[in-house]
Order: sequence, then C-alpha cells, then structure tokens
Amino acid sequence: MEVFEVIQPGPLTTVQDLGRHGYQQYGTPVSGAMDDYALRLGNLIVGNDEGAACLEITLMGLQMRVVEDTIVAITGADLAPALNGNPLPMWEAVAVHGGDIISFAWPRSGCRAYLGVVGGIDVPKVMGSAATYVKARMGGLEGRALRAGDRLRGGKPRPRVVGRRLPPQYIPEYRGQSELRVILGPQDDHFTEEGIYTFLHSEYTISTEADRLGYRLEGPRIEHKTGADIISDGLPLGSVQVPGDGLPIVLLADRQTTGGYTKIATVITVDIVKLAQAKPGDKVRFLQVTEEEAHEALREYEQTIYTLKHWLQQGH
Amino acid sequence: MIYERPRFLPGGEKALFIEFGNVITPELNCRVRHMLLAIEKAGIPGVIEAVPTYRSLLLYYDPLQIGYKELRERLEALEQKPEDSEFPKPTVTEVPTIYGNEYGPDLEFVAKHNGLTPEEVVQIHAGTAYLIYMLGFMPGFVYLGGMSPKIATPRLETPRIKIPGGSVGIAGSQTGIYPAESPGGWQLIGRTPVKLFDPYRQPPALLQAGNYVTFVSITPQEFARIKGEVEQGTYVVKETPMA
Repeated sequence: MEVFEVIQPGPLTTVQDLGRHGYQQYGTPVSGAMDDYALRLGNLIVGNDEGAACLEITLMGLQMRVVEDTIVAITGADLAPALNGNPLPMWEAVAVHGGDIISFAWPRSGCRAYLGVVGGIDVPKVMGSAATYVKARMGGLEGRALRAGDRLRGGKPRPRVVGRRLPPQYIPEYRGQSELRVILGPQDDHFTEEGIYTFLHSEYTISTEADRLGYRLEGPRIEHKTGADIISDGLPLGSVQVPGDGLPIVLLADRQTTGGYTKIATVITVDIVKLAQAKPGDKVRFLQVTEEEAHEALREYEQTIYTLKHWLQQGH
Repeated sequence: MIYERPRFLPGGEKALFIEFGNVITPELNCRVRHMLLAIEKAGIPGVIEAVPTYRSLLLYYDPLQIGYKELRERLEALEQKPEDSEFPKPTVTEVPTIYGNEYGPDLEFVAKHNGLTPEEVVQIHAGTAYLIYMLGFMPGFVYLGGMSPKIATPRLETPRIKIPGGSVGIAGSQTGIYPAESPGGWQLIGRTPVKLFDPYRQPPALLQAGNYVTFVSITPQEFARIKGEVEQGTYVVKETPMA
C-alpha cells in the first residue's frame, strides 16, 4: 500500500538495505546503508527483519506526506525530525496518519538518518537487494535518489509495535571527533616507518569530498617507500587508500570493487558507523588493533543487536 | 614474479587477500582463477564472496562463522592440492562488433596514428583472443590483456561526456568495452549490440575473469538483427572452450 508521497527530497535521500552481496566479482559495488546499526535497529523497532529496505536521508530537507496510516521509526543522525511541525521522537515506533507531514530540517548531530517503516519500503529487488546504487542506476526507486512527487509503498501497520523504543544507553552519540580502529595492511609494507607513524599519530579532517563512495581526508601526508600505484586489486569496506598525494581516502558503501592505489589499512566494521555519521570538518584519528581485537569488537556488536532484537520482540 | 607460496594479507577483519605475485601475466592470473574455482567448489561455510583480480583474490568472510586461523588453513590446503586438469578449461566468448563510421568514430585516427589502414586495425583487433584479467570500475567492465602493440593509441586529450553502452575502445595498450553509457576518454573503434551486463541475468556479467573474449566484425545488417534479438532476449553469444 502507498504510505508516503515525497514533497521535497532533500539533497540525497535513497532507499537502502544491507547491500548487494556476491556480485563484486562482476564489478558491482555492495552499496547499502552507510550506518549499519541505525538501519538494523530502525527495522527491529518497527518489527521488520533487520535488513528491510529503509530511507537513508542525508543531512536535511526531506519532506513527505503520509498517504495511509502506518508506523515509522527514525534512527541514526538527529536531523531535527518533525511530525506536523512537532518534534518526532527518534529510536521509537511512532504511528503516523494519512495527511501527516514528516520533515527533516537540519543536522543537529550526525549526517545520515534512517526512516524505517512497517513492512519495509517496497521496491523491486535487483540482484537480491533493494539498495540504490545511483551511479549505475541500480536498485531502489528506479535506480535514483528520491524526487518530489515520488510515491512510496510500505506495509500495513502493526499496532502492537507502537511505542517500542530503544533504551537510551543503546542510542549512539555522534560527536565531531572519532577514533577509528584499523587493521594495518594489505599494503602497509609500501610505506616508510615514518609514513605509518604519521598515519597512526595524526589527526585528520574530513574534507568536503565525502560521499557514499568514500571520504577524502586532510592532514599530514603519509610517506610511501617508492610509489602509490599497485596492480589493481579488491577493495574491502573501510579500505584506507593512500594515493600519490599522501592523503588518505576511506572507502565506503558505494566504493568501486577494485582499485590501483596502495591501501595502508582497513577501518574495522564496527567503526564504519562512526564515519557514516561524520561530516566534512569533523576530525578522526586512527588506532591500530589486531584481527583478534577486531573480531572481539564485532562479536560484541552483533551480540548487542541480537539481545536488543529479542528484547524488542518481547514487546518493550 | 610469481611467489613460491601465496601471501595472505589482511583486508580488515572480514576480508583477506590471497596474493600470488606482483606481475600481470596469464600464468599468474590462471592461478587466481583456479583458486576461485577451488573455493567455490569447496563451499566453505562463512565465505561470503570472492573478488578475483590480476594477481590476487579478495575473499570476504564472516568471522563469527569461521575463524581466521581455520579459514587460512582450509585455503592453504586448497591452494596446495589442485592440478590444472581438475579445472574446466577457460572459454572464449565471441562478441559481435561493428567497426568504424558512427559506431567507431576514432577508427580512422587509430589507423593513422599507427600507420595502418582502418581495415588492418580491424583485422588486428578482431583477430585476437583477449584474456579477461578481471572485472571492475563499473558493473560488467572487463580488463583485457593481449592487445597487439601495433594498434596501441593514447587516450583522447579531451574525454567524451557521453559514450554509448557497448562501445569498444582502445586506451594506450589496452582494449575494452563500455558496458553502459558513461563518460570516457577511450578511442572508440566500434560497438557491440550485446549486453555486457544485465542485472536480471544470472550471472549478470556476460564475461568472467579468467576466460577469454574475441571480437567478430559484423555488418550493419547483422548489427541490426542481433540488436533486435538482444532486445527480445533471444540472442545467445557463442562461447566455446579455449583451444
């Protein structure tokens, strides 16, 4: 059933889920939500599978009219969400009614908000996923960002989920500074000792060239031993590529599947969400961890989501 | 060189690289292909996907399903075992291509640059089986090896804003096919009516890493006929085992 009509799309609002896996060997990027935690929790709060399709709203500007009664949860960045002009509580299942206006005014904290709706945003899956990859016009709504006049379909309301909310200690705070844990490699041996030291002991600023593909950082230059070019190979999520200018680029959801610059390190999965919510001007530092530490962090992260899933299902 | 033993390199806590060497050669790429086939056949639980490239394989896995140590042991065992005869031969796919005129506006330039006639360029370009080293850059884009240096031509000084999908081009010593409309600086010598990438086909990419492709020169009439068949979904490309 039709649930929303877009009045204003904002600078970039797309349909996303957990991404398109299994097709990178054919040159197709993974895409999917930049902030994995916010998308999964948004879905769980309204009683969906954690990977259902949501709207990813960047910075501001989305305005929609509710067509048929439904239930939504807004998670991720605080973009001053409002329902008919009144503050709309976040990380909570809220009933909305035909004619209501949902709007996002400006970024109070964080960069990307997620709007989950009962039943998920209903778009055809392409290669197993609803995620929008705008560059190849694939997935989501006709492979593009939302436009004024678009009508979105969702599921029927399940009244019993209304009022479910996440306990406050599980709501992340997005600060303008974050520490990103990294595992060195695969090409850390292409950098001088000094280069590695610079990378691990400097503060970097997110530049204005920061989008779903990746974030270009500004700060001290990282020294290569001989050169920045390698024979092109694969690009995992969170790869920190250092081209010839010595400035790192962290590659994110819409990154290409392969690349030809040295990769000094990879940001661990659970810290990608911090970057997803960082904006140009925000500061980051890199902290080296081992694979075991990263696996432990991932185990804890997944355990938290698992616990919350069951807690929410018990009707909290 | 090709390493004696492959290097296992970390790509974060959910991915690892298996690197076989540091050169671009068919022998090395063949080892990447064999490793990919061996992994697919082994069906290791927790392995999500593999991305083969010129000289390495990037393997995505779920560390909560399989630990790094166990995965690495299984991969090392797979790597040591195989005999070439265990793997199916690579195939060669014929890509019908119309050369020159509005389909290949730079064919004349490529010919002039290399002191050849346009017919000679076509003969050289279409007479080769190119190794598909890897896919990347955009869905369905193939990186090919084996083009004759006789037709190598630098990129355009000013890239075109819009190149039609299916365009066949030359950039330096490389040749390739644009799977979809895109900006680009390649010298365009022809166009194929065949779809290199279709998200509703399984697998979605027509060409796969480790196999070969060859271009077959076609007439405007054949181009129109094949284009019609492609649109109706009845066209089947010719794919045969590599000799």
